[in-house]
Amino acid sequence: MLNQSTPLDRAFQALADPSRRAIVERLTRGPASVSELAKPLAMTFPAVMQHLAVLEGAALVASQKIGRVRICRLEASTLDRAEAWLNARRAEWERRFDRLGRYLEELQKEGGDDEARN
Amino acid sequence: MKPAIDAAAVRGAFTVERTFKATPAQAFKAFTDERAKSRWFAGGGDDPKLVEREMDVRPGGREVAVGEWKSGKTSRFDAFYFDVVPDRRLVYAYEMHLDARKISVSLACVEIEPHPIGVRLKVSEQAVFLDGYDDAGSREHGTNYLMDKLVASLTD
Repeated sequence: MLNQSTPLDRAFQALADPSRRAIVERLTRGPASVSELAKPLAMTFPAVMQHLAVLEGAALVASQKIGRVRICRLEASTLDRAEAWLNARRAEWERRFDRLGRYLEELQKEGGDDEARN
Repeated sequence: MKPAIDAAAVRGAFTVERTFKATPAQAFKAFTDERAKSRWFAGGGDDPKLVEREMDVRPGGREVAVGEWKSGKTSRFDAFYFDVVPDRRLVYAYEMHLDARKISVSLACVEIEPHPIGVRLKVSEQAVFLDGYDDAGSREHGTNYLMDKLVASLTD
């Protein structure tokens, strides 16, 4: 939480949102126009544009206007294999902490496990 | 020794912190007791089937977890504990293999601190990501594979 400004932190924050993950997921299959992104995600055009702005701010996605159509693609230099891998490791820990929280909660209900270890 | 064709290594670090309603002893046990750790560490669902397990958490001790995926691929986690302070701290290094390929080498630190509502846990990892995915031939394939994994790990 201290290094809010690292690219990895920004990428991770951007990916914390399910709609933005859906956009990234779609773009892993190849570039798409904004309306192509909006359609299957049941999102309005402006909503997609907002999410794209966040993803572009995190340098996860790049877009380019070709004629009257804005084409979006994954920003390979940022979300390359290593970053993706690191992000996944970090996300893995977040999810482990979710499960650990549930486990520790159960322990509390059961009456504290073996706290008197000595 | 065969010559290194692509010796690219990428380094990275991250820290994940959270506060839990539990005692430091309970948190420590969750990381060091095999049965307790099995209750939360791995995800279940599509996770690989555990085919080899070893856990000996003490300075100089090892932890091994080998999982087999439905695809037949195996992932191997090999850890070595350097520092174990009961209810306070764990320092270990580990390497990850996917089949025979070494994917990464990491140094991890788990810190346990008393907190007004229970316990504060901080997990920090420094990792070197090796190019183990590349020898299958296609860098693009590796990217897509990892992106798939990333998206899968972020999508509940």
